Amino acid sequence: MLLRHTPKEVVERSALTINPAKTCQPVGAMYAALGIHKCLPHSHGSQGCCAYHRSALTRHYAEPIMASTSSFTEGASVFGGQSNMLESINNIFALYDPDIIAVNTTCLSEVIGDDLNQIINRAIADNKIPKGKTVMYASTPSFKGSHVTGYANMLTAMVQNFATNTGKKNKSITLLPSFVEPSDMSEIKHIAAEMGIDYIMYPDTSGVVNAPMDGKFHMYPKGGTPREKIIASGDSRYALALGRVGTFQAAQLLDSKCKVKTEILDLPIGISATDAFIDKLRTTSGVTVPESITVERGQLVDVLCDKAQYVYGKKISLMGDPDILFGLVQFCKDAGMEVIHVITGTPAGAKWDRRIKELAGPNAIVKSGAQADLFYFHQLLQNTKPDLIFGNTYCKYIARDMDIPLIRTGFPIYDRIGHSYFPITGYRGGLHLLVKILDVFMDRQDRDASEEKFELVM
Amino acid sequence: MVEVLEARKQQVLEKGKDTYALECEKASTAGSVSQRACVFCGSRVVLYPIADALHLIHGPIGCAAYTWELRGSLSSGPELHRLSFSTDLKENDVIYGGEKKLYAALTELINEYKPKAAFVYCTCIIGLIGDDVDAVCAKVEKEHGIQVIPVHSEGFKGTKKDGYKAACEGAFKLTGKDNTTPVSDFSINILGEFNLAGETWIIKDYYKRMGIEVTSCITGDGRVGEIGKAHRARLNVVQCSGSMTYLAKMMEKEYGIPFIRVSYFGIEDMSKALYDVADFFNNEKIMENTKELVRSEVSDLLPRLAEFRKDLEGKKAGVYVGGSFKAFSMVKALRHLGMETVVVGSQTGSPEDYEYLKEITNEGTIILDDTNPLELSGFILEKGADLLIGGVKERPIAYKMGIGFCDHNHERKEALAGFEGMLNFAREVHNSVTSPVWKYSPARMKAQEKKI
Repeated sequence: MLLRHTPKEVVERSALTINPAKTCQPVGAMYAALGIHKCLPHSHGSQGCCAYHRSALTRHYAEPIMASTSSFTEGASVFGGQSNMLESINNIFALYDPDIIAVNTTCLSEVIGDDLNQIINRAIADNKIPKGKTVMYASTPSFKGSHVTGYANMLTAMVQNFATNTGKKNKSITLLPSFVEPSDMSEIKHIAAEMGIDYIMYPDTSGVVNAPMDGKFHMYPKGGTPREKIIASGDSRYALALGRVGTFQAAQLLDSKCKVKTEILDLPIGISATDAFIDKLRTTSGVTVPESITVERGQLVDVLCDKAQYVYGKKISLMGDPDILFGLVQFCKDAGMEVIHVITGTPAGAKWDRRIKELAGPNAIVKSGAQADLFYFHQLLQNTKPDLIFGNTYCKYIARDMDIPLIRTGFPIYDRIGHSYFPITGYRGGLHLLVKILDVFMDRQDRDASEEKFELVM
Repeated sequence: MVEVLEARKQQVLEKGKDTYALECEKASTAGSVSQRACVFCGSRVVLYPIADALHLIHGPIGCAAYTWELRGSLSSGPELHRLSFSTDLKENDVIYGGEKKLYAALTELINEYKPKAAFVYCTCIIGLIGDDVDAVCAKVEKEHGIQVIPVHSEGFKGTKKDGYKAACEGAFKLTGKDNTTPVSDFSINILGEFNLAGETWIIKDYYKRMGIEVTSCITGDGRVGEIGKAHRARLNVVQCSGSMTYLAKMMEKEYGIPFIRVSYFGIEDMSKALYDVADFFNNEKIMENTKELVRSEVSDLLPRLAEFRKDLEGKKAGVYVGGSFKAFSMVKALRHLGMETVVVGSQTGSPEDYEYLKEITNEGTIILDDTNPLELSGFILEKGADLLIGGVKERPIAYKMGIGFCDHNHERKEALAGFEGMLNFAREVHNSVTSPVWKYSPARMKAQEKKI
């Protein structure tokens, strides 16, 4: 078996990452950029990066993922990528006609020191950018952060480039979600809409990376936040950023640049975080929580009560993206499960480590950053075997090796579908998540039951 | 009318209409949504299947993350190649250099996994910060007594093709090591077979039935020890010519081993491959075995293909794959299913390759080099294809247009090589093209309404 040789004994490694629990920034930036309507992500570097990121997103969403590349060659690497970028801008507007080009840098363009600000200004000066069109960029080298950081940087670039304070407030609340699935973006919108709130949300990848099949290939599917909305977010009354690691920087900028009062909440995953989100919407907008939302909550709590005995006391190990882990850990605790390991490859910071430790409990092992990889995760699991793993597709090797059920969450998920259609956020997402958890435990109970204890009703 | 970028006009032609020679082998236009990858990708995909070697990626995390389990190159034994090892360079390393980190990582890994050899892949950044990877590798090689081979595959140093070359240089360094293990007079090396879905095993079985020893397979289900004696085989049989011809040439020059280029896809090409090898050995028994093998395989296969052909007759296909050799085979294989290729292209074809494509396709066929999704989908629609053959990034494009798809790249789970691979191919094409799901495609529904 593939992972047979992972030793149980944990040895400190400093120079080596084995089976990473993260990937690099540009893929997150690309994903965020897809959440703006008629925006073409552009990768400023050699072709490989762009091809990899497109492949990764294509595998995850089973959707055509569009992005262009500066196609660096050795020449560009020596003399700088300015001419490639300018030529790209020309070609992209001529052929693909996006409203926005969202450039992400790569290791290569970062190390040679391409100044994208200067290049874009040059393009503006040379009239290379058609009227009403925008070229924006985010700095996203792979040698810093992770895919979540890349997402955060592109989200920040959206605020930087578009959000405008005209001095006249509008009625809307701005919502900035962290790196979550399009289904989760939809769910967040659903909650805001049910509450009767005038909202602006970006990015919004729903309808872009889970677009319907209509017999045509669309370079730009219907979804995505229109740029006017992002501009208007600078005048919004209030902003709620959901998921600290993915949104902190953008929220801060929206606050300082446009004087929009912003607050950061956890992603509304599980009961308590969703409660907090809804309560915040209620108090900031002066609305009452509608019956429909109360019913959704009631249903989730009801199912949890009905079947609590199947999850109570179960040991859980989680790997994934830092913002999502908050909700998942809290949800596990709400259901009476015991969280024993939490790791993320994203260097989420000391504050994150501390908060998640508090949440998970004193016995949980928590680690983030470079050596928090799947090799380490496997070692932890070999020392204390959980009943269930939450994690991305790559956890399947550990799950199989140790015969532990795996619920796929986070990024990437290459071998299962549904994540882009069924949310884990909100009460409805909580119910979906809970049903998945129950299925896993009840299936296992059925599988392992002795003949005489195998029963119809559970 | 399909829009083609001005700079790319000569990279697209319609057979029978356009008279110019197709432009190719040039860098992609900046700003295009190219399907191509980089030098590193080229070397990584080629060397990846050597299963008992260590593959350490020296660079920031992304390069390792994206090539972890990049393709299903199966191994009949060790599976070290399927893990992902990275020096995960950080900002500080980029500034102060990553040599120490590389040395430490290599040492830790070799102690832990006791590999038979190690490959160290240099990514973009390494080329820029100037780590002396050769020196680190040489030092570790000395200390641990295994070959530690630097693969200079800095992403920007050219195209995927240059990565193939770097890989060939790496693989070449493993040859010429074993001069004692006996090697048969009727022995070959298989080059450029990557054991996707177990294809190497199918091909090896054919050669065995012919009475030929496969001394090594470079690189499918590869072993360092086997490649060590490859230099004493009599013939190199190159399947993925785009990636491995360079190695074959090196081995010809250094060891005097001649090579032939073959394809294992489709009936004609598969049969021809076996006959060409048999011809080379000029041995009656081998030729007899080969004839028997092809006869029995083809007579088993044809009636079964006919079943699929019934439904596929007259359907049209688009083909866009990495290597042009594969494209040739696809055009021929599709013909066996009664299908016409109306759009065909590759990422890396040479002028001769495209001339050959012109020869074997019908009038009106669109031939393209290094295309992009907008062009590709445009031509597919214009020519009314019912099927697209491509790789991971093309699959959802086909589905969105409501047409069938067959993966002929890294992601496929079916063995498509050999005679049984042809049957799998036919089944996959058939099932995809005739799937009832397409009747729900709005485009098809509209077309249907018009007919009524």
